[in-house]
Amino acid sequence: MKYSIQLKIILYISAVIWLIFSLYPLIFLIQNSMKTQWEFLTTSPWSPPSKLYLTNYTDAIKGGLLRGLLNSIIVTLISLVIVLFIGSMASFAIARFKAKIGKGFLILFISGMTVPIYITLIPVYIITRYIGLYDTLWGLIGPYVASSLPVTVFILFSAMETIPKGFEEAAVIDGASAFQIYWRIILPISRPTLIAVGIYDMVHYWNEFVYALVLLSSPKSRTLPLALWNAHGMFSMNVPEMLAGIVISLLPLIMLYGITQEKMIQGMMAGALKG
Amino acid sequence: MWKHRNFKTLIFSLPAIVVYLFYFILPIPMSLFYSFFKWNGFFSSPMIPAGLSNWVSLFKDTIFWKAAENNFLLVVISILIQIPIGLLLGVLVSTKLKGMKLIKLLYFLPMMLSAVGIGLLWEYIYDPNFGLINAVLNFIGLGNLTHGWLGDPKTAIWSVFVVICWEYIPFYMIIFAAALSGIPKELFEAARIDGATHSQTFFKVTLPLLTNAIRTSTILALIGSLQYFALIYVMTDGGPTHSTEVMALLMYKQAFRFFKTGYGSTIAVFMFVLSLSLTLVTLKLYRRGREYEV
Repeated sequence: MKYSIQLKIILYISAVIWLIFSLYPLIFLIQNSMKTQWEFLTTSPWSPPSKLYLTNYTDAIKGGLLRGLLNSIIVTLISLVIVLFIGSMASFAIARFKAKIGKGFLILFISGMTVPIYITLIPVYIITRYIGLYDTLWGLIGPYVASSLPVTVFILFSAMETIPKGFEEAAVIDGASAFQIYWRIILPISRPTLIAVGIYDMVHYWNEFVYALVLLSSPKSRTLPLALWNAHGMFSMNVPEMLAGIVISLLPLIMLYGITQEKMIQGMMAGALKG
Repeated sequence: MWKHRNFKTLIFSLPAIVVYLFYFILPIPMSLFYSFFKWNGFFSSPMIPAGLSNWVSLFKDTIFWKAAENNFLLVVISILIQIPIGLLLGVLVSTKLKGMKLIKLLYFLPMMLSAVGIGLLWEYIYDPNFGLINAVLNFIGLGNLTHGWLGDPKTAIWSVFVVICWEYIPFYMIIFAAALSGIPKELFEAARIDGATHSQTFFKVTLPLLTNAIRTSTILALIGSLQYFALIYVMTDGGPTHSTEVMALLMYKQAFRFFKTGYGSTIAVFMFVLSLSLTLVTLKLYRRGREYEV
């Protein structure tokens, strides 16, 4: 469709207005994270920093964010590997064996998709303390994996169900075991879906706050969002340093987004749109 | 083709099922159970049977109803404000104008940031003394409008809502952009050849074709509405004077700050029942809508 000049101008102006609303808070964040505290208090928020004062970053990292960063990486990666492995195994079984019991499992998983995790919060806290995993990173992995299984299984199931039968028939005749078919045939074919769900789950784990808030208490076990929140309680007077901390916590995902771009959007949307 | 299908399915699904039942399904009846007790959550303390007293308190608790009202308000505003803006932005980034691909990528950025980071960032933007908004107002000569945005019960919920829009409108935008990319270009071409203006094309062609996407967005807004927690926890903690309280936050406070495990569980069960009914209702509406379309 052709656009008249006037319409083009209106469209671009609207685009720029939303762009400013959308991105200026992040520019404000980065700009002011590089000011000294004195400079922050005496200059306007939109003035650029006089020089790149990166001490805020090193201070924020020393202030507990490094530990949080490491903890978040550990929890995110372990949860991700587990949820993709056990989730894809279940999806494979439900989609390919087509057994009665599989149908029941699928309904069980799907019905969990709209359940707010808050219903599980108190019992999970009590269970975690009961089995002695309170205030450990291990205590987070169970609830993380469980809460993202519904979406993960549903999306993987939908993808695996559409794979034609012929792919595994030959392998079965050759005497391949069910696990070999899962691992060597179905899983590689489902790779794009696995990546999409993986991105969704990963972003979810990286940003997760509620379970971490309830299940962790000491500085050594805090994940990044919790460490950031705690730093806010302790150093909220030093605004530029807090802003630097926020940048540090947001940077890994922004960098990943810069690399994966459309893929990341697709992954996030696949997870959110599920139904 | 497969032998012992039920058994094999069970073996392959076992790890997932066990984790899921243990951490996700079992807690549902557990919460229901706790809602009939007075208990502070510590194993050393006794659980005192309380009958329906937690439920009675829930229905009498004005703070709870304030929280429920805020949850409801957030859904209504989501549907009335976020979805229309999301739709317009979705149409905008789907035009073939130069640079729109990049703009779409940039728009989506806030969607993937952590609620804690976003909440803290906006807290500094709203700050009464050195915040961005008040500085801008002073700069353009509207100094009398400066305000403790999050500190005033009248403005707090709206200030929170702006942040929710900032984070979630891109999400709706992508839904609409995706829906538009699935529409054959010929339809727009045909409208153009028939001499339709841009606004005619938008209202008579584009909008009707997005009905499904609008329905999906509404359902997601409805079901997602119970999930507000971290952003509000960080920015206002439900205050001032409960003006930004939401159910999930109140449940957390009751259980983990005031150690009223029984009462917190009661709120949680209420949320569960509410989400269940919302899901069933929307599912029904969705099915009916689909029948008419095909």
